[in-house]
Amino acid sequence: MLKQMFRVVISVLFVVLMAGSAVAAPPIKIGALFAVSGPASFLGEPERNTAKMMVDEINKAGGIKGRQLELIVIDTQGDATKAVQGVNKLIKDDKVAAIIGPSTTGDTMAVIPVVEKAEIPMVSCAAGVKITDPTKKWVFKTAQNDALAVPKIFDHMKKQKINKIAILTVSDGFGSSGREQLVLHAKQFGIQIISDETYGPKDTDMTAQLTKIRGSEAQAIVCWGTNPGPAVVARNVKQLGITLPLYMSHGVSSKKFIELADDGAEGIILPSGRVVVADQLSKSDPQKKALLNYVENYKKHYNVEGDHFGGHAYDAIMLIKGAIERGGDSPAAIRDQLEKTVKYAGIGGTFSYSAQDHAGLTSDAFVLVQIKNKGWTLLK
Amino acid sequence: MDNSRQLIQYVLSGLSNGAIYALIGFGFAIIYNATGIINFAQGEFVMLGGMLTLFFLVFLNFPLVPSIVLAILISTAVGIAFERLAIRPLKNANPLSLVIITIGASILIRGIAMLVWGKDTHALPAFSGNEPLHIAGATIMPQHLWIFSITVLIIAANKLFFNYSIIGKAMRACAYNSQAASLVGINVKTMVLLSFVISSAIGSMAGIIIAPLTMTSYDVGIMLGLKGFCAVIIGGMSSGLGTVMGGLLLGLLESLGAGYISASYKDAIAFIILLLILFIRPEGLFAKKETERV
Amino acid sequence: MTKEKREILIFLIFTLAVLITPLFLRGSYYLNVLVFIGINTMLAIALNLLLGYAGQISLGHAAFFGLGAYISGILTTRFSFDPWLAMIISALMSGGLAFIIGFPILKLKGHYLAMATLGFGIIMFIIFNETVALTGGPSGLSGIPNIHINSLVFDNDLNNYYLIWVITLMVMLLSINLSQSRIGRALRAIHDSEVAARVMGVNARVLKVQIFAVSALISAVAGSLYAHTMTFISPASFGFNFSIELVTMVIIGGLGSIYGSFLGAAILTVLPEFLRVLQDFDIVVYGLMLILMTMFMPGGLISGLRLIGEAIGSRIKRKSVSNA
Repeated sequence: MLKQMFRVVISVLFVVLMAGSAVAAPPIKIGALFAVSGPASFLGEPERNTAKMMVDEINKAGGIKGRQLELIVIDTQGDATKAVQGVNKLIKDDKVAAIIGPSTTGDTMAVIPVVEKAEIPMVSCAAGVKITDPTKKWVFKTAQNDALAVPKIFDHMKKQKINKIAILTVSDGFGSSGREQLVLHAKQFGIQIISDETYGPKDTDMTAQLTKIRGSEAQAIVCWGTNPGPAVVARNVKQLGITLPLYMSHGVSSKKFIELADDGAEGIILPSGRVVVADQLSKSDPQKKALLNYVENYKKHYNVEGDHFGGHAYDAIMLIKGAIERGGDSPAAIRDQLEKTVKYAGIGGTFSYSAQDHAGLTSDAFVLVQIKNKGWTLLK
Repeated sequence: MDNSRQLIQYVLSGLSNGAIYALIGFGFAIIYNATGIINFAQGEFVMLGGMLTLFFLVFLNFPLVPSIVLAILISTAVGIAFERLAIRPLKNANPLSLVIITIGASILIRGIAMLVWGKDTHALPAFSGNEPLHIAGATIMPQHLWIFSITVLIIAANKLFFNYSIIGKAMRACAYNSQAASLVGINVKTMVLLSFVISSAIGSMAGIIIAPLTMTSYDVGIMLGLKGFCAVIIGGMSSGLGTVMGGLLLGLLESLGAGYISASYKDAIAFIILLLILFIRPEGLFAKKETERV
Repeated sequence: MTKEKREILIFLIFTLAVLITPLFLRGSYYLNVLVFIGINTMLAIALNLLLGYAGQISLGHAAFFGLGAYISGILTTRFSFDPWLAMIISALMSGGLAFIIGFPILKLKGHYLAMATLGFGIIMFIIFNETVALTGGPSGLSGIPNIHINSLVFDNDLNNYYLIWVITLMVMLLSINLSQSRIGRALRAIHDSEVAARVMGVNARVLKVQIFAVSALISAVAGSLYAHTMTFISPASFGFNFSIELVTMVIIGGLGSIYGSFLGAAILTVLPEFLRVLQDFDIVVYGLMLILMTMFMPGGLISGLRLIGEAIGSRIKRKSVSNA
């Protein structure tokens, strides 16, 4: 009985899939590697949703030069082994023209040797600096470097005459990369890190670390992590009655964070992509149109507001679309055209790639925002 | 002054986390004592408690108390279903297959929760406000008081139940010697089922009262379950009070470890202690020595 | 045919099949899948020695896999060791560690052993994750060199396939020998009843620790091979989840069966392919599979296959008898 139902479901799925792709010209295949499940699903899920939404939209509008796109999504679960297996399947079995993702720096580093060897262009959605430094021929990325976020924070601190800080970072890829950049830039800005604490991604209480920080001479706290950890930190800060200014990373620039941290979120300052303050941007901002369009569209499809994680996938798809429109659908042509991308105004910023720069963004990809009245305020 | 204030905060934070671990560990101990099974799915009942309450309260807009009652009832039903469908029919119930089955159940419950409620983390509103309370220069949340008092209540109720009620005594008899128990007319199967009922109810209760503090999502059960397990191992399986002491001690060590040694290794500290205790005193720190069961 | 002869014959057929398979899969993606199946087979056999033969559970075997990968990776990237030498050192170090911790850990039984090995696995994971200066921390260790023999570099699927499967076959042969030897019989005795085995003069304790060490050593070799074929490692591949996945391979394939381990490893490696249609449902299928297999097919798939094989065999026999 169950088996029969299973069969029916599978065949229905099959028919639907076939119907979708039964158009004259063969579709252009785009592979996607996202950590849809597992600990990095907060990245992978919005990325997958966004990529699907975009591809549907492009196809509805007639595809690229009359050719439909076909998106093949593989879940890496944030595990390097599964990422490498997945990328091999995409390249050797599905024979994709280009790849978007993976979601995490670890997964990306794991698949780089494979795509470089197979000569397939890949636009990663992960933030790690080492993905594009040194530059690899076939690898690009859309997520903003941590190296761009940290100076935004330190600039602001300098203006407030803050010289001694405590940092509290999560012990996963996102946090350890952030910690590296914080330590690196602190020296250049003449800021002293007097307390350097970490917490685990699943920790539910950070009062011990914060108590230690409270006992130090720090003038401000920087917390680097992604939901839900920083929300716990924000709540614990309030509980302990700590009044030091609290800075966070772009890892929490989503409505979800404000909802989780509740009253604790008030007053937190963080660097963020423009997506959360799209409506506050001036009309002349080149990204404004794309941002508003994305936020609305995502809300229509998935009932939640689009965040900048999904935006990484949006940019990856749009960059590849642009490259195919300009140069055709062979992997080599896509790569060459990607490298020639100039001033594409997307969700993460305004991208201009070159032979030396496959990250494509400058520090104006970030703006500094403050949480006020459960909403975002643009700090000028 | 500042140092002592710091110490008091560490101790208070440690004790409040410890109470959570104790409550979760308690669920482990009840099933273990009745059946000799370590239920690796125990953490999932903690998750179910939190997620179900959230579901009724936030999505269906039920008032708080009915939400909690419904959450406990449903989690308990899941516990019963688990025992009836997976544990009871098992023919060769050696520890290996029991470990695998409970791990399988934990993956299954977690997976279904993920499909039903998604992967997001959610916060449950606190039962009585978010204004921190000040105690000797340190602070705790009102929710912590709920956790302390419910832990005490549950432990006391269990003590009464197992020592004075006829059913409780029968369950203890099964734990000592199930064959002898069945000879004197105790229905061992019912007692096993009952232990699953009690333990899943306690687990979900734990999940409900901690959710306002720790937040909840489909995958919180893994780590909380492991910590609860550490608590019972440290304290010993055989006594309720031992489990509580074990939980509190674990919480204290974690918080002091994070404060004075290294926050990065605080989980490692917990598990190293677990190993040491298993090696040196496997019956737990606070339990009377038992003879080895062959 | 005696049992031993049959065993040898099966192994030879299997070896032949392994050696000629690439001829049919030129340049195909499935060659890459088979490389991973090889690594997982090695791991499943290693765990099976412990779980299936000696009856000792381990929920932390991914730690030895990770230890092999990290020692090999660190020695080659930071101290420019030759990969082969690094592999030998990583295997010996992991085996040595297992030997040392084996004495206190294997004193424990049943659920306590499960929990202790689980704890060990988590501690090792935290060490991989936190010693950033050495392991590269959560974002991983990249640039691990490929293995090479003179000018033959193992950097493509075909070469890797032969490298990994030759070693896997050696591991299989070792395990077959081990299970047929006096040690194998003694291990099975421990599995059935440790007390009885002790009475019969089996030094159960030392034997268990030895097999634990061998198991860790094989896992470390698999880890080292994994590191050199992937050229990148990160802690997420060596966590609690993977330990559970390994146990699942052994259970699904069949406890105590070497070909069962291969079957389990193969199924779990390609399963995500088939479950992809189900998207997020795969975790549910996974859990259900564990429960159902334990309840209804405790001997694993290999015992199911054997039953079918015997049924067919007796049918043919009956037919040929009635025909004659």
